Amino acid sequence: MSSKTPDFLVHDERDGVGVVVVESVAAGDNLSGWIMDCDKTISLTVNDPIPLGHKFALQDIGNGDSIIKYGEDIGHAVTDIPKGDHVHVHNVKTSKW
Amino acid sequence: MSDLSFHGYRRENGRVGIRNHVVILPLDDLSNAACEAVANNIKGTLALPHHYGRLQFGEDLELHFRTLIGTGANPNVAAVVVIGIEPGWTARVVDGIAKTGKPVQGFAIEQHGDIETIASASRVAKDFLQAASELTREECPISDLWVSHKCGESDTTSGMGANPTVGNFIDKTDAMGVTNCFGETSEITGAEHLCRERAINKEIGDKWFATWQAYMDEVIEPHKTSDLSESQPTKGNIEGGLTTIEEKAMGNLQKIGKNARYIDVLGPAEAPERGPGLYFMDTSSAAAECVTLQAAGGFAVHIFPTGQGNIIGNPIEPVIKVTANPRTVRTMGEHVDLDVSGLLRREMNLDQAGDALIDMVVRTCNGRLTAAEALGHREFVMTKLYRSA
Repeated sequence: MSSKTPDFLVHDERDGVGVVVVESVAAGDNLSGWIMDCDKTISLTVNDPIPLGHKFALQDIGNGDSIIKYGEDIGHAVTDIPKGDHVHVHNVKTSKW
Repeated sequence: MSDLSFHGYRRENGRVGIRNHVVILPLDDLSNAACEAVANNIKGTLALPHHYGRLQFGEDLELHFRTLIGTGANPNVAAVVVIGIEPGWTARVVDGIAKTGKPVQGFAIEQHGDIETIASASRVAKDFLQAASELTREECPISDLWVSHKCGESDTTSGMGANPTVGNFIDKTDAMGVTNCFGETSEITGAEHLCRERAINKEIGDKWFATWQAYMDEVIEPHKTSDLSESQPTKGNIEGGLTTIEEKAMGNLQKIGKNARYIDVLGPAEAPERGPGLYFMDTSSAAAECVTLQAAGGFAVHIFPTGQGNIIGNPIEPVIKVTANPRTVRTMGEHVDLDVSGLLRREMNLDQAGDALIDMVVRTCNGRLTAAEALGHREFVMTKLYRSA
């Protein structure tokens, strides 16, 4: 196992979002992440405070674009989401109900 | 690990239980008071009060009977006293449980009243309890074990840690001949195409898809007022970072691992009939309803991965809590049986987490009380399909 504890995890290399796995992430923090399926390490600066378990954009996401997690479509953006922004119910909606 | 074993109670019908309850089972809401009085008289017996059993009809009534009979027939139950307001339906439940060969006796309250019924039922309950207390555990192969699975208060750590741990457990134990079961029809929504592909063959995949589609057509479409965003994901899910039902469904499906394929689709509270393997049961995604149905299907131990910290237990089927959320471990650790938050810190891998879960399941089967048992969680919730007549 790695000696460095990750701040966020990414399920799949194709994913557009990462998930924070530590408490107390503040806006402007530079985080290190672990892409689980290919065992890669990446880093990124977030624009918002991100609670434990919440997602942020790994790249710029356009209004209407699919949100990819687990390599699958989990809903769509309802506004432009810049890289590093918090991604949640305020800017993403299900494509199901 | 295929020579893995545990110590359980082998019942008259060959099934193996991991607990040894004497249940005082009400047929209907009216009989709860008498059942609770009997359980109060005879220490160590277990009353299972519930809300229904009057004026039900059709498929809803059949599910009521199947749930009660299945609960009494569960191998974690040594013997059953059934109390109902009248003798006809009471006998139907008694006869259903009696097919297992275990001791069961019914009592009807009409023309006797509560007090006389409680006295008669208490005498039988005492005999059943003393006989059950002399039963001993014996060594059983792991293939005698039936394990159900359902997650709750999920968050993104469920999909990253706790649920893949369960998936690793299912992949490993499926190969050992364990009978596993998952459910939660509504929560597969968003991953239904992936779930359909996990069937053993096209026929069973089509059967699963028809079950899911029927739920969408018969329950969601007629009853929804706008969309289900207020209910699915739940407020707890959203607090934990889950945004959409699709994301929740993808996390949910991590529970069935990577290799195991489900071999049949069960109706609610139906027992598996195709031998060892992975089964899907058509259930609500509400924790207590789902586990109650799975226990009635005959499952002996339940694995419950959680993110934000669902605290559910079941009176007859021990519920093992697994979480990968470090905050949940810190703030409500008394509810957690297995902490796999090390997965998120890269301190352990899934293979190690799955082995730790197998170890915790075997210990629980051998008699270790789960957190929910120690804390007295006994949520017994019948599923009702529609209003009574």
